[in-house]
Amino acid sequence: MAHSATIALQPGQKDPAVREIWRVTIILSVLTIVELALGFSMIGMPVETLHYFIKGVIIILMLAKAFYIIGYFMHLKHEVRTLIMSIGIPMMLFIWFILAFIMDGHSYNMMKNRYEPYYKEKSTIQMPPPPEEHPEAKPGSLD
Amino acid sequence: MANTTAISQTWKGGKSPFNVEYGKLMMWYFLMSDSFTFGALLIAYGTTRFATNGWPNPNIVFSDFPGLGPGHPLLFVSLMTFILILSSVTMVLAVHAGHKMDKKQVVKYLIWTIIGGLAFLSCQAMEWTHLHSEGAWWGRNPFPNTDGTLSTTNFTNFFFTITGFHGFHVFSGVVINVIMLIMTLQDKFEHKGHYLMIEKAGLYWHFVDLVWVFVFTCFYLI
Repeated sequence: MAHSATIALQPGQKDPAVREIWRVTIILSVLTIVELALGFSMIGMPVETLHYFIKGVIIILMLAKAFYIIGYFMHLKHEVRTLIMSIGIPMMLFIWFILAFIMDGHSYNMMKNRYEPYYKEKSTIQMPPPPEEHPEAKPGSLD
Repeated sequence: MANTTAISQTWKGGKSPFNVEYGKLMMWYFLMSDSFTFGALLIAYGTTRFATNGWPNPNIVFSDFPGLGPGHPLLFVSLMTFILILSSVTMVLAVHAGHKMDKKQVVKYLIWTIIGGLAFLSCQAMEWTHLHSEGAWWGRNPFPNTDGTLSTTNFTNFFFTITGFHGFHVFSGVVINVIMLIMTLQDKFEHKGHYLMIEKAGLYWHFVDLVWVFVFTCFYLI
């Protein structure tokens, strides 16, 4: 990027770097809008296969956004390979980090549901309504 | 960046293998360590969520839009997301103007970035105030699980800790950008002959945006 500093642009000529910035902006906005549309589509949906599938798609879109921000806005894509590697390889720890901890949480929950009857029973108790209802609830309150 | 020759793929010594300035390299390593901090927080949240039978529905908890009242899920957080993305774009434009030694443009885009950061912080302050007025805080969770069952305080604890930690990063980013703006106005970078400091501040600011992509998805969407 620094070496492009010396190149003088002709008046009226579009700067390619600026064009790339706007291209990435549009990609990020479209990805966000798709994410939000999927989020809206999940409202009121029964928690079934499709529900988990949409969540998976949202996570993939999230990673795509992360790629564009790191690659273009933070400019890592145009750095030398050594730098990309020295940042990228430690990041791979996250693969283990996420899988190990999420799976551990899941198995812990399964075990408690199986061996601790009260734990399972507790998760079926309905939450009591708030102690006293405010008829003149403040605007913006959930009730 | 005096070295303009192409860097060979295998390093043979005698020059930096990274082809970036020292401070920028260290900023990358700082951001890497910071991403592990955020990663640890978010993974702890994920683990807890997987270790719990029910969880409050974010579309009900965060359904309020200032001035419109409840019943607008995702709307306010979409606004916050777009504010942060746009402030990230103006930051790239400021960095780009810095490459061209265009002081006026740097100042203009830095001011827009600062405005974006402040707007985001104001939105977050409004959201926190609203949730607090509903009885949510660390250790207090008034929202039932999606199926109406008894919820734990894990939901609010993680929400306030993680968005708070992110908000603190946004705040420090705004402070750094203000310092950059003052230094630009004082012609510090013109005298140095380069705007590399803006680049480093820019890296930090993009990282804040990057973390929000993850926080936003984990808390509001899924």
